[in-house]
Amino acid sequence: MITSQAPLMPAPGDMRKRPLVVMRNVSKMFSSGTLALSDMSLSVEGGEFVSLLGPSGCGKSTALRIIAGLGDVSSGTIDWPSSRINSKGLPEGDISFVFQEPTLMPWQTVFGNVHLPLKLRGFSKAAAGDEIMKTLATVGLQDFADAYPRELSGGMKMRVSIARALVTKPKLLLMDEPFAALDEITRQKLNDDVLRLWRETGITVIFVTHSVFESAYLSNRIVVMKARPGRVHADFPLVTSMSRDAHYRTSEEYRQACEKVSNMLLEAIGGEEH
Amino acid sequence: MATDPILMSAKPSLFTRNRETLLRTLIPICVVVGLILLWQVIITVNGIPQYILPGPLAVANSLYNDWGTLWPALWVTTQITLQALALALIGGVGIAIFLVQSKWIETAFYPITVILQVTPIVAIAPLILIYAPTTQVALLICAFLVAFFPILSNMVQGLKSVDHNLLNLFDLYGASRWQTLLYLKLPSSLPYFMTGLRIGGGLALIAAVVAEFAAGSAGAGSGLAFRLLESQYRLNIPRLFAALILLSVLGVVIFMITSFIAWAFLHRWHESSLKREN
Repeated sequence: MITSQAPLMPAPGDMRKRPLVVMRNVSKMFSSGTLALSDMSLSVEGGEFVSLLGPSGCGKSTALRIIAGLGDVSSGTIDWPSSRINSKGLPEGDISFVFQEPTLMPWQTVFGNVHLPLKLRGFSKAAAGDEIMKTLATVGLQDFADAYPRELSGGMKMRVSIARALVTKPKLLLMDEPFAALDEITRQKLNDDVLRLWRETGITVIFVTHSVFESAYLSNRIVVMKARPGRVHADFPLVTSMSRDAHYRTSEEYRQACEKVSNMLLEAIGGEEH
Repeated sequence: MATDPILMSAKPSLFTRNRETLLRTLIPICVVVGLILLWQVIITVNGIPQYILPGPLAVANSLYNDWGTLWPALWVTTQITLQALALALIGGVGIAIFLVQSKWIETAFYPITVILQVTPIVAIAPLILIYAPTTQVALLICAFLVAFFPILSNMVQGLKSVDHNLLNLFDLYGASRWQTLLYLKLPSSLPYFMTGLRIGGGLALIAAVVAEFAAGSAGAGSGLAFRLLESQYRLNIPRLFAALILLSVLGVVIFMITSFIAWAFLHRWHESSLKREN
């Protein structure tokens, strides 16, 4: 159980308990015959911020989709040791997904889009209204509830997408290169927002990215993956003494973290192609 | 953060906007009035007889004097067109939803709908006239068959063009088939439906007229198409023109209504109804 006085930056070590999700020897073969994932094992504890980092084609998005229950595994198992499981083998209401594109319904307002997960569970607009507005406020969009997606900038659409993911209060947030299409300034701002939400809610995040800098800035654990076939190359914690903010971005500690992650990534790519 | 980017953009002053709206209305009206005047002048100067080409005055006269005959005929045609369109909407959308339920259902039934579509309506009209209990019903079936297909094919296309990530999202949240249809597939195919509606509206009128030509020549029916033929047999060319004008007015009104419905449903969110500003 998370204590009420959770530390600002929970290190992976201090929350010894049952893992949230465990992948055991998972392989995934596409119908085209491509082996997207080969014998991947991963155990994620509650409260962790895990980045899946790797070159394109290393199966990191596939792994994320499999965890979300989008698509079956060819072999291996996924377990949710600390959740109640529904008939599909998924923890009901415990997972949210943020796609690379905002994936909003253009015919719905911001409010309507964030309402969707609750509407599908039978909560009316009136019943869910407070919760929706609260969640919109956490991403700074409380004044845009009645706007349509086309009226928003790329960064704002992404915030709506994050709000929609958070409105159900999930235990696990899966993010699939969510900021890859955004400009650097917007991206940094959203990185800070995600970190803040992670600290405030104690949610577990699995974040897919191909950016060394993003993964080193955000996560307290990094899983570097290798391509063809996709598998785990390295899995290590990234503990920092500083809080992660604008100051951390220019610190020596961040530079060292980036160097370490970058070397691991180079290893993963190099071992493959040379 | 509190300011809306849409509201912040400077709006053109009321005066310039009004002037543009005024010109947009005035210019087409002037062109039509000019053409009608030219038509009258040509008739008068060349002394063309009325049974070859009546002038606009003669047509207006006939429209006024024969209103007692033309109005019921217009009403009949309007009724058949709207009923056929309504049936086509229900049938087209319903069958489209049925077809996209599985690949096998589509494989099995789509060819039948294509056969119905590609067979010329004039060719099957006599057959329908035999089987249908009344001429009215026969006309309705003909108009329905023609209007139904564009709505069906657009709806099928729309239901299949749903954003895959949104479908994944609905799966992830455990949405039922019914919820996915109601909250995702139907709203997402609304632009396609509107295209089908506009094409179907125009085609329903055409089909109603064509079917009535077929039925009218068998001696029954009292729609505008029948009045048109009747006027031709009697060499009452001004009345023929009057009926023609009523038909095009009906067509324009149907077009305007369907366009307005499309605008009303889509203007807040769909690209096709947005003004492009650069």
